[in-house]
Amino acid sequence: MNKTNTSQNTFIIFFGYLGRCFLRAIESIGDAAVLSATSLAHLFHRPWQGKHIVLQLYALGVGSFVIIAITGAFTGMVLALQGYYTLAKFGSESLLGSGVALSIIRELGPVLGAFMMVGRAGSSITAEIGIMRVTEQLDALQMMAVNPKARVILPRIIAMIIALPLLVSMFDMIGLGAGYIVGVELLGVNGGAFVGEMIAKVTPMDLYAGWVKALGFGILIGIICTYMGYRATPTTEGVAKATTQAVVAGSVGVLVLDYILTSFFL
Amino acid sequence: MQSYRKTEITVGVFVFLGIMAMAWMAIKLGQVGGLGSSGYHVSATFEDAGGLRAGADVMLAGVSIGRVASVQLKGQEEALLQLEIQQGVKLTTDAIAAVRTKGIIGERYVRISQGADDETIEDHGEIEETESAINIEDLVSKYIFSSSE
Repeated sequence: MNKTNTSQNTFIIFFGYLGRCFLRAIESIGDAAVLSATSLAHLFHRPWQGKHIVLQLYALGVGSFVIIAITGAFTGMVLALQGYYTLAKFGSESLLGSGVALSIIRELGPVLGAFMMVGRAGSSITAEIGIMRVTEQLDALQMMAVNPKARVILPRIIAMIIALPLLVSMFDMIGLGAGYIVGVELLGVNGGAFVGEMIAKVTPMDLYAGWVKALGFGILIGIICTYMGYRATPTTEGVAKATTQAVVAGSVGVLVLDYILTSFFL
Repeated sequence: MQSYRKTEITVGVFVFLGIMAMAWMAIKLGQVGGLGSSGYHVSATFEDAGGLRAGADVMLAGVSIGRVASVQLKGQEEALLQLEIQQGVKLTTDAIAAVRTKGIIGERYVRISQGADDETIEDHGEIEETESAINIEDLVSKYIFSSSE
């Protein structure tokens, strides 16, 4: 009798833990959705946040250009190298252009671009808002009748949504250019074949797929990073933990959303 | 305020560059929109389209003169292709359209050979002479069966 009781207790503890984790996850998703929705609703209300959106575009978008350019260049270069190595075995080096272009435009541009943005811009959003919470700047804003959601969260999400597709397009262009340099100049693939195959194989659907992904990742990263910062426990450790969580949740979220969007676009 | 102005200009340059990158890819790579498609349409019926897809090249004398706009089934047994041919390229009414392959394992395309007729096909006209895709398996099996006899 006593033995069954303990095993029952273990079950209860296990299921209790599982249920609690699940409910907490659902709760934070709902909380994040409500927080970003109420923040984004201020887009159509006065006072306009245009100036703050521009400032955030500068910090998040322009500031990330260099890292995006470097990532794009090396991605294109290594893709050309790897693709050449494989394609040369079949004597079909001329397909290199389409291989590099399709991989970058459909997949690597949006995903690697989003990873870089989570790491560089997303973490800074969370840390910044988290420290605003710790130092009670958010409360101070409220005291001055400035809505912190409209002033702090809205511009960051909007800037993220605008900046990511633009940065991903730049990533694509730089990656294709770097792939061309490695493929044509260094490895000696025919330049006409490289460009011709690239133009022949990339369809409008591939471009839309890349841009829709970039847009989706922008929304996701914006929401996750602002939410993590806004709801951070107001201590030093709390902000550190929130920043880590934002980067982890953002990266995993990008990968999951990438699979979902890819399955829609195939 | 001066520094905000500077920020604004930098952001403007950033957005402009991003949009230029998008536009370049859209026009150059994807042939999105009406910028590249100022051609006329010609249909052709094939017994076997050989897995040809929309977007495939249409070639005349080895030069790309358009794209396959759509591939549909016609009357449950034939393939109806809509070809988009560049304006200025005139096809004779007795031109022959054939589904061919670039190289051995290359992609399918439509090869057009001009005829001798003086009249040309109008917009929404039809190429009546067609040759179906060559199926390598059929050729190989024909060869095997004829030699075993």
